[in-house]
Amino acid sequence: MSPESLSQIFLSAALANNFVLAMFLGLCPFLGVSARMDTAFPMGLASAFVMLVASLCAFGLNLLLSMFHLEFLRLIAYIVVIASAVQLVEMILKKHSPALFRALGIYLPLITTNCAVLGVALFQTAREYSFLQSLAFSLGAGAGFTLALVLMASVRERLQLSDVPGVVQGTALSLMLAGLLSMAFMGFAGLGA
Amino acid sequence: MKDLSQAKNFDEFMEGIWRQNPVFVMVLGMCPALAVTVSAVNALAMGFATTFVLVCSCLLVSLMRKLVPKEVRIATYIVIIATFVTVVDYVIQAVSLELYEALGAFIQLIVVNCIILGRAEAHASKHPPATAMLNALGMGIGFTIGLFALGGVREILGAGKLFGVSLFGANFQPWVVMVLPPGGFFVLGAWLLLFAAIRRKKGIPPAESKGCHVA
Repeated sequence: MSPESLSQIFLSAALANNFVLAMFLGLCPFLGVSARMDTAFPMGLASAFVMLVASLCAFGLNLLLSMFHLEFLRLIAYIVVIASAVQLVEMILKKHSPALFRALGIYLPLITTNCAVLGVALFQTAREYSFLQSLAFSLGAGAGFTLALVLMASVRERLQLSDVPGVVQGTALSLMLAGLLSMAFMGFAGLGA
Repeated sequence: MKDLSQAKNFDEFMEGIWRQNPVFVMVLGMCPALAVTVSAVNALAMGFATTFVLVCSCLLVSLMRKLVPKEVRIATYIVIIATFVTVVDYVIQAVSLELYEALGAFIQLIVVNCIILGRAEAHASKHPPATAMLNALGMGIGFTIGLFALGGVREILGAGKLFGVSLFGANFQPWVVMVLPPGGFFVLGAWLLLFAAIRRKKGIPPAESKGCHVA
């Protein structure tokens, strides 16, 4: 059990220690899906939802594994649970909201290999968060991830209208932008401790 | 004939180190690449850990390539990779607690490093064990070199040191932002810029990052 309060954990995960810009988790979708706002926002929400499910599953699983002294199986168990959670989300979406399912397309199964999702599960275990704290942590992480994606997408949409030298275009430019955003987020340092 | 197969083996090995370097050309596995490279030592440790997992996983995937049904291959690969990562995690904890604490959860996050899954899917599942291992070793070394290039530059600029040895004397004013998160983005961006400039000068078309779209 960690002594931090719930609001501290939420703010820290969302802003001060933003998963993408301060902890470097989930960079692949951050750079891959952030070219346009209409893919960035749904992707952020879908990832946030999977983070929430994964965090809850991981909490229960950790209790179970600790009970039988099987901690060495933790990593394998987590990754299998996350893969199944993504599959579950995919099936639910396909049945109840086919339009959104088609809009997300290939990005949905790729959430499995998003290190931000596994990161939530691993960090909450390492910091010994209680159930409510884990909940606040995963919600904060999801909110922070969505925020970073949306910010990046809006900057990149504007950049398409400006005259960028050819050699800088592509991943190098995105990384420099991410560096500037990350610097801005450092202004939150101290918030939520 | 023998020369030809030797040349081919060398080619498999060099692919990951130069032509398809995972950090600078394919821009894969960036999460650990940026998160742990605040110093050269951390970068090397992470590189070696990843190389070990990569080689072992590719060997096993290659040995089992005719046994695994196509539908469950990704799940099988992930379980194989997770097993070796657990091994590495416990080994590092046993060998150096200091290193273990510096790398933190990022050792376990090797599981979702897309280089490994990408190699397992794109190469090891289609080639015999020896070739797969050679290719994986090249990729691993290429990744380690990439990490070292990031970690070295960040440590020199951000702390004025390399491997903990002070380089510039007491008057050096460290460029602290380089060891903070933004520095990671800036240094990798600068390296990519350098390679893009070289490529443009030689008239080679710019590399297009495929991202983590392996599955």
